This record gives sequence, structure tokens and C-alpha cells, in this order.
Amino acid sequence: MNGLLILPILIPLMTAIALVLAWNHRAIQRRISVAGALILFLAAIGLLTSVSSDGIAVVQIGDWPAPFGITLVADLFSAIMVTMTGLMGLAVAVYSLSSMDAPRESFGYYPLFHVLLMGVNGAFLTGDMFNLYVWFEVMLIASFVLMALGGERVQLEGAIKYVTINLVSSALFLTAIGILYSVAGTLNMADLAQRLNSGDVDPGMVTALSMMFLIAFGIKAAVFPLFFWLPASYHTPPVAVTAIFSGLLTKVGVYSLIRVFTLIFLRDVDYTHTLILVIAGFTMVTGVLGAVAQTGFRRLLSFHIVSQIGYLLMGLGLFTELALAGTVFFMVHVIIAKSALFLVSGAVYQIAGTYDLKKLGGLYKSHVGLSMMFLFPALSLAGIPPLSGFWAKLTLVRAGLETEEYAIVAVALGVSILTLFSMMKIWAEAFWKDRPESDEAASDGLPELRTSRAWLALVAPIIALGALTIVLGIAAEPFFVLARDAARQLLDPASYIQAVLGGTP
Amino acid sequence: MVTAIMSGYALSLAAPAVHRVVRRWSGWIIALLPAGLFAYFLSLVGRVAGGEVIVASYEWFPSLGYNLTFYFDGLSLLFALIVTGIGTLVIVYAGSYLAGDPWLGRFYAIVLIFMASMLGVVIADNLIALFVFWELTSISSYLLIGYKFDKAASRAAALQALLVTGGGGLALLAGLLLLGLISGSWEISALFGEAEAIQAHHLYLPALLLILAGAFTKSAQFPFHFWLPGAMEAPAPVSAYLHSATMVKAGVFLLARLSPALGGTDEWTALVTSAGAVTMFLGGFLAWKQTDLKRILAYSTVSTLGTLVLLLGIGSSIAVKGAAVLLLAHAMYKGSLFLMAGGLDHETGTRDITAMGGLARSMPVSMLAASLAALSMAGLPPLVGFISKEVLYEATLEDAVWPALITAVAVAGNVFVVAAAGLVAIKPFWGEWVETPKHPHEGPVGLWLGPVLLAGLGLFVGLAPGVVSHDLIAPAASAVLQKETTVKLALWHGINPMLVLSVITVGLGVAAYVWRERLGNRLNILDPGSRFGPARIYQEAVDGLPRFATAVTSVLQSGYLRLYLTTIVVVTVGLVGFTLASRVDAGGMWRTPDVRIYEILVAGMILAGALGVTLMRSRMASVAALGTVGYGIALLYVLFSAPDLAMTQFAIETLTVLLFVFVIYRLPKYATLTSRRDRVRDAVVALLAGAMMTTLVLIVTAEPLRSRLTPYFAENSLPLGKGRNIVNVILVDFRAFDTLGEITVLSVAAIGVYALMKLRLGQAGDEES
Repeated sequence: MNGLLILPILIPLMTAIALVLAWNHRAIQRRISVAGALILFLAAIGLLTSVSSDGIAVVQIGDWPAPFGITLVADLFSAIMVTMTGLMGLAVAVYSLSSMDAPRESFGYYPLFHVLLMGVNGAFLTGDMFNLYVWFEVMLIASFVLMALGGERVQLEGAIKYVTINLVSSALFLTAIGILYSVAGTLNMADLAQRLNSGDVDPGMVTALSMMFLIAFGIKAAVFPLFFWLPASYHTPPVAVTAIFSGLLTKVGVYSLIRVFTLIFLRDVDYTHTLILVIAGFTMVTGVLGAVAQTGFRRLLSFHIVSQIGYLLMGLGLFTELALAGTVFFMVHVIIAKSALFLVSGAVYQIAGTYDLKKLGGLYKSHVGLSMMFLFPALSLAGIPPLSGFWAKLTLVRAGLETEEYAIVAVALGVSILTLFSMMKIWAEAFWKDRPESDEAASDGLPELRTSRAWLALVAPIIALGALTIVLGIAAEPFFVLARDAARQLLDPASYIQAVLGGTP
Repeated sequence: MVTAIMSGYALSLAAPAVHRVVRRWSGWIIALLPAGLFAYFLSLVGRVAGGEVIVASYEWFPSLGYNLTFYFDGLSLLFALIVTGIGTLVIVYAGSYLAGDPWLGRFYAIVLIFMASMLGVVIADNLIALFVFWELTSISSYLLIGYKFDKAASRAAALQALLVTGGGGLALLAGLLLLGLISGSWEISALFGEAEAIQAHHLYLPALLLILAGAFTKSAQFPFHFWLPGAMEAPAPVSAYLHSATMVKAGVFLLARLSPALGGTDEWTALVTSAGAVTMFLGGFLAWKQTDLKRILAYSTVSTLGTLVLLLGIGSSIAVKGAAVLLLAHAMYKGSLFLMAGGLDHETGTRDITAMGGLARSMPVSMLAASLAALSMAGLPPLVGFISKEVLYEATLEDAVWPALITAVAVAGNVFVVAAAGLVAIKPFWGEWVETPKHPHEGPVGLWLGPVLLAGLGLFVGLAPGVVSHDLIAPAASAVLQKETTVKLALWHGINPMLVLSVITVGLGVAAYVWRERLGNRLNILDPGSRFGPARIYQEAVDGLPRFATAVTSVLQSGYLRLYLTTIVVVTVGLVGFTLASRVDAGGMWRTPDVRIYEILVAGMILAGALGVTLMRSRMASVAALGTVGYGIALLYVLFSAPDLAMTQFAIETLTVLLFVFVIYRLPKYATLTSRRDRVRDAVVALLAGAMMTTLVLIVTAEPLRSRLTPYFAENSLPLGKGRNIVNVILVDFRAFDTLGEITVLSVAAIGVYALMKLRLGQAGDEES
């Protein structure tokens, strides 16, 4: 059973190696990539099934007992995140078949893509602080090259900001690990949880250290006021890259925050989690304001990523079972809905040749199907019932009201209406409005949608994700129960520690 | 019950296809569903009037208590009949009105979604299920107002309606959640018995305010009334259906539904009554001022909604009965008038009453329907509108708080409504013939059937109120009052104060009609809102928001990497520094330093190197200085007996410096782009960061390191790992998984370097490889 635990890291690694071996054969690479993503997705579902029936899964790599070697751990939250990675990987791998250009395909797009998935899964599964850092590095290098691949001027400009700020985050993270090690003498997360919450470590020091992790992960998660790299870079690479980034990268940051602030840093919850709540509020507001200010389809969506991160942190800040369940549910929802929107923006770009809302228009007349594929995830993101985003926000708001944190509830609801405002702006501008006359030929020099098969590869992932946000909304119960069980595990560090350290003294 | 709702959603999916097949008769075919539902609800009248409540429940989201539960009582029945009845007529009408329109299929689809959702609102028992349907009506309203989506005005009006009702919706959601948390139940029917506990709770007032915000925005109460006239951008059938007969009454419905749980308190009475009274008067006055047929009707609808809210605010038995009668009467006459107005627009090409006249001869049927409906709206006998106005006055006269004031406001509001009814029914049809853009004649049967049927129904009910009083009005009133109620309606009660008020109202109304032109501008003072009102505030907000957002964003997202980095460092120093200062006893760091002289020398060398990097004016010198820092660190490794690390560090430093030199050779000289002030600021930030890290490390190292790992590694390296060099065994065995990751990083970096050098898109040549 525990072999499943290594598969989500191993499969993309093997896929990437196979892809590199097929370097000069683009057609073969395309097949390998989709096959690898499919197998990964199936393995992830297998892991999720196994964890939800048998409880937390643990593997000690190389059979070195914890806390001396490296431990892989999958609780429900991890397994859910790995499943989402598998889903996004598959969706974007298929989407890439039609949206990625041949030169980038020839220069390592697919291997990089799968290395990215490997890094993301590694981060979700590791139970070791330094190993987490290593997976962050894997993600960072893969994402940096993906972002810069193609070498367009805007890409490089975005990529430089991206990599510089993320390196600062890595440096902080590494420093924090170093200091943490000298305080606790261990790197295993379960062991850290035990040590730092025992009497012989100064709680103030633990809290001070937690601040470093808050900032290092906060940069990755793109929270206020550390999110600069995201809006500066996400609109520059090809849209498939943006979609997979938006689905996974910031989410790893949020995942890490949730992991350390439910497992390890619990000495001064009043201070740390209230701080997180404040950050959550500001992240929501500044993110959505950024979105309102944009007129580019992708830039607008990029700022919304930031805003939604605020909601994810809101659940962590409230720190109750319902709130964390809300965060987990929200995570699943936002990964699906936001990626669907990015994929739609790419399809729109292929049709109209621009991301500029001022130049777009008339799509509701010409492409009803695509319009619906936009409308559902967009309304879902704005929290309109009965779509997935509604239940996600409802749960968080209810959790906020139950804990009497009225300020954050007001912010969450207010930001909702602004989200609706900016989603409807895209709708009115790109879909409803007539296309303004422009002198330049629209789709000049763009990859034409040659065959209906190409179109299918483009829309099938969008339809699948769009359908999921509807299913997640109309049949929310089973997904919510899963999220709640995940939240229960998160609030019970003892079972995590027991699962990891169980047999060792 | 759930089938009744779901059938609407199901047919909505099929509607465009149905329309494509049967084109010409699509309206009639699709109307079969609402007609069938109407018949179904009609068949329930006997049971409901007999006091039965039909309930149904389906599990939906049981773990949080949100289920699809339905509670079909007299109030639901009255609304369900209006929703499906008018729905039938409107769909038939739309088939003719929008005949040949390319988007008619989508129109049916959205109208059906709306109908199903509206039924959901009035039948739902679960607070959250109600909210879900509630929001769906807002969304379908948005899509329908924006039906002519290529017109900017339609899009703006749709957005306005969505933001106002959607904003209210969010308040409502918070309110409903509070209500659920206060009472511990998500079923409305379970709240009825809890009224005392709910109203005594300290969260009662916030919950009430939030719920009222939702109801008032939806039902266009002052100061949120402005979106409704804007919504007149929608095609006539939408205005008749959503924005007059049904959706805008959802707020009224909610107040009625929740009044057994929330009503009766001083707060309720004060807020609901005053909002209703102001809206009633303002709506009537503004209706009287318009010249656009649909806007007259829209504002008079606002006035009616105000009246309904006013009656629910009063909350007495007679007031609730009055609300039920008015609800029914209004659905009939206003539905008829809206459809008639659409017909006029369709046939003449204008909606401006000053640009029409003498149409009675060419459109006699419309004239008849309009006259009947307008008489009902004006509250003249023998129409149902008369009865409803009598009951209204009876209720205001019996008001417990301020009967005189409320009655005066009600009369004043109705005076203008009477005049508005005249504008709608007299201006277009009588007087001199006015040339209109199109040549008018009576439209096809689909266009006049609805208006005639509804107006005729108004006459029938007025003549024989007994048909509704026991079967519809009484059950609805009983449901709101939560007690058995009987209703007796009649045209003639003898000469009583209500009749006198009616006569006064009609008399003044006629005067207001006749002297409209002369009075017009002098009464503007009654509407200070026209210049500084909520519509203006909304517009300023919507226009100002992007400006504000741009301003905020340009500060945060300045585009300068160095500012981003500065912010990050400042935040780090601030958060970590504050936490350290407030929570950690830093006593340990002031210990006597246990350092040797050559350690100080090396440290000095590192510091000097670091300083050099920042101060040097040539790249080459900077790189050399950077090398010094690296070598210094390597020396430290030597001093602390880690020769293998030191070797690695030396090698890396040397290579890095060499690589840098090769690259930098080609780069231009440094240019100073920052001002002196910027550099001083950066220096301060850098020093603070350094100081913070130093402090942190000093505090931490005051305690001896208690590693659990080192002893284990030292002990097991040889026996289990088969290696004498512990570091090597850690790298390739104990923590080989890390090494796997790092190898991957290196491989990816190699691919990256190769691809970045070889692949350059989007410049000069397309691709050079």
C-alpha cells in the first residue's frame, strides 16, 4: 500500500527521463507526456482512495528510521493535493497538445512540465523540512525555465522578477531551516512538532522562527505584501504554463503554510493565526483591487489568484475544523475554476489573437459553447450558487461567523462582489460586446486551429474542469466530507506524529 | 414538488433545440410547461386552503444542514400561481414579440431557469436552499436585462442590477447564516416557534439588518430603487415577468416568509415601515414624472413594492391581507400594462408617450386591455385594484404607531399612481393622432392575449372577489400570520373612511394628471435624490472603483524589482524583529564572545568583501570582492574543521568568479540609476536585515546545539551505510532523496541553459536553432 506514496514523485520523474530520451521526436514526446500525466492521475487517485480508507500513509525512504532519514507522509490533505496535481497535470498536458508551439515543444517543454509536477508532488508528500526545501528548488528551477522558455522579451523580464524574488524566499527558507535545526536538532516534521511543542524550547523563539517560515512560504503563496512576482510574471509565458502555475505553484506555498501552522508552530496561536487572518484580509482586498484595475484577460485572472489565496488563508487563520474544511474545499474549487478560466483565456487568444479586453468582443455571438465554458467557472469563482465557489465561501463565512471574526467575514463578502464585478467585466467585454473594428488582421501569424482534433484537445480539458466545478457545486456533500476529514486530521497533530514516528523511540 | 422546479431547469437545457425545430410556434410549445405547472398548483388549492402544508425533503448537503426541503403553504401557493401563470403568458407573448430574433432560443432557456429558481425561492424551506434559488434569479435577471447584449446601455443596466441585488444577496447570506446560527436550525418552518429566542438574541439586530438589506435591494426599496428603472433595458416580457410580477417581489416574499420569526419588534416595524412608506411615495412621484412608457410602469412598480413592504412592516392582520390582495392585483394589472407597453413599442417603434396619440382606433384591443388594467391600477371600482386600495387604507388607518402619517403618505403615493395610470392608458390611445416611427396596427394574437387575459382577470376578481378570498388570500395571510385567518373581500362596504380616502385619492390623482405639465418642475424638491441620490453614488462608485484600484495597484505593483525586494526585506525585519523583541528574552546573546583572533580576521575579510561588492564602481572589482566573501566563508569551514566543505566551497567560488569574469567582460559599465536618498534608504534596510539575522543567530547559539541526528549518523555511517565519510553517507544514503532532487535541479538547469541560448522567439527572426 505504501508503495503508492512514492509513485506520484517517481512517475513524473520517469516520464521526464523518457521525454528527454525522446528529445528529437516531438510526436513521441506528446504521447509520452499525456500517458505519463494520465498514469500519474490514476496513481494519485489510488493514493487518495488508500489514504481515505486506511488513514495516514508513511514511507521511510531507504528504510532509515524517522527522524534520521527522510520520511514521505500522505495524510488526506496531502493526498487531495496530489490528486489535484494529477488532475491539473492531465488537463494541461492535453491542452498543451494544441496550444503549445512546436519550437517550445522541441526545446524541452514536456520534460520541464513533468519535472514541475514531480517537484510539486514531492512538496506535498515530504515529511521532512529540508526535503521540502529541495522540492521547492526543483519546482523553482523547472518553473523558471518554463517561464523563460522561448526567450521572448516580456518573458525574460517576467522571469527575472520571478526567479529573483523566489530565490530570496528560498534563501530565507534555508536560513530558517538552519536556525530551526540548531534549536530543535531535527528536520523531520513530526519530530519537529514534538520537540517545538514540548517544554524545553522557548515558545517565543518558536514563534519568532515561525515568522521566517510565514514570510518564506508567504512569498511562494503570493500573499500581501509579498505577491509582486506573480502579477509581474504570470501573463508572460504561453497560457498552458500560466494555467499549470496558477493551479499548483502558489498552492504549494499555501499548503506549506497550512502544514507548518497546523503541525509545528502552535505555541502562540492567538498571535500567529490572527496575523495570518490579517494577511488573508489584505491579500483578498489588494488582489481583487489589482484585478479590477486590469484590462488584460490574463493579467486580470492573475491578480485574482492573489485574491483567492486570501480566502485559503482565511480558513487557516480562523483555525477551526469547519474553517480548515472550508480551506481544503476552497483549494480544490479554486484550482479547478481558476485553471479552467486560464485555459479559456488561451482558447480566446487562439480565436481572437489578443488578451486585451478592449480589443476582444463578440464571442457570445460566435462561440456560445466557449462562452458557457467561461461563464460557469467565472460565476463559480465569484461564489455564485450552486457552483463550487459558493460552498467554499459559504463554509468559510460560516466558520468566520461562528468564531465571531466579523471583520474578515465582511471583507470576504465584500471581495466577493468585487470578484463578481471583474468577472462580469470580462464577460461584458470579451463575450457580450461587439468586437471593435481594428485595422490589424486579428489572428495574424498565430497557430491556426488546423483540425477539429486540435480544437478538441483545447476544449476537452476546459469542459472537464468546467463540469467539475458544476459537479462540485451540485453534489458538494461527498467532497465536503472528504475536506472535513482532512481538516480533522490537520487539527490532530498527534495522529500525524504517531504515524510517522510510531515505532521509533 | 422538486419535480416542479427541476422540470424548468430540464426544459431550459432543451429550449434552444425546441425553438430550432418548431420556430414559429415555439412560444406556445414551451409555454406548455408553465401552463402545466400552473394547473398542478391550481390542483393543490383545495388542500392548501384546507390548512394543509405540503412538505418534501431531499438530502443535499446534510453534513452542514443544507438540504432541499420544501414547505408549500398558502404564501407559496399564491406566489407559485403568479410565477407560473404570468410565466405562461409571458412565454407565449415572447414567442411573438421576439419572433425572428436570433437569440430567442437562449431567451427561453434563461426565462425557464428564472422561473424554476423563482419557484424554488417561494417553496424552499431551507434557508440556504432559498438563498441558492434567490441568487439564481439574480443571475438570470442579469442575463435577461443584458439580452440586447450588443448595446452598451443594456450591459450597464444588467451590471447595475446584478451588483445591487448581488451585493444585497451577500448581506442576505450573512444574515441567513446568522439566523441559522442563532436558532440552531436551517429550516424556516423551525424558526416560527423560536421567534422569542431569536428576537432576544444579541445578534438579532445585525441579522435583521443584513436580511433586510437583501430583501430591500431585491425588491427595489429606497435607497436601492434605482436599479429597477434601469432594468427596463430588458425586452418587455422580461420587464413584465421578472421586474414587475415576480422577481422583484422576492424581497417582499422573504419579509413575509420570515416575519413570523423576525417581525413584530420595534426595529422591524420602524425599518420596514419607513422603507416601505418612503419607497411608496417616491416611486409614485417618479412614475408621474416620466414620459417613457416603461419607466412610468417601472417607477409605479417601485411604488407598489413600497406599499407591500409598508404593509408587512405594519404587520397587522388586515395589513397582511392587504398585502396579499395587492400582490395579486398588481400581478394582474401591471403584467397586463407591461405587455401592452411592449406591444405599443413593437407596433409604433417608440415608448415615449408624448410621441404617441390617438392609437385607440388602430389598436382597439390593446386600448381595452390598457384601460381595464389602468383602472385597476388607479384603484377604481369594480376592479380588483379598488378592493386592494380599500384594504390598504384600512390597514394604514389602524396602524398602531402613526396612523395619520402613514395614511397621508399612502394617499400621496397613490395620487401619483392614479395620475401615472392615466398617463399610460390615456395618452397613447386618445387625443390627436401622432405620427410614429412605425405604422401601428393590432399585433398577432400572441401579443394581445396576455394583456387582455390579465386585465380581464382583474375585472373578474374585482366583481367576484369571493373566488380568491377564501382559496388564495386567506391561506397566504394565514401563512404569514401563522394563525388561521378568514378573509372577506367586497367592492361595497358602505360609506366609510376608506371610501372617502379613495375618492380623495382619485380626485387628486386626476388633478395631478391634468396639471402635470404645470406642476412638473415645481415639485422636484420632493426628489432630492435626482442629483445626489443613490443612483449617482452607484455610478460614482462604479466609475471610481477602477481608478482607485489602479492607484492602489500602481503603488503596490510598481514594476521595480528593487522596490519589491526592499518591501520583502522590510517585512521580514519587521515581523521577525517585532516577534523577537516582544517574545524572546535576548539575555543570552550578550555573553562574552568566545572567539579567536583569526576568526575575527576572517569575519572582517567577509565584511569588507560584502561592503566592497556594494561600493565598487566596476563590475570586475565587484566580482573580485564577491569572491573574497566566498573564500572567507571557505576559510571559516577550515577553521571549524570541515575541510571537505571548504574544498567544495573553494572550487565553486573559483569557478563562479571565472564564469562571471567571462560574462561580465561583455557587459557595459555600471550606471548609477538611483538617487543618493534611495541608496541611503537601501543601506539602512540592508543593515537592519543584517542586524536582525545576527541577533537571531546569537540568541539561538546561546543554547548548545542538541542534534538528534549527528550521533545517529556518526554511529551508523560505517556499520549500516558502509562509508567512513559521514557527509558522503548522508548525501548518498541517509538523505539520498535530497540528492535525487538536487540532481534533478541540475539537469533542469542544463536544459534551461541550452534552451535559453538556442531558442529565441518573438524577436527579429522567428526562431534560430
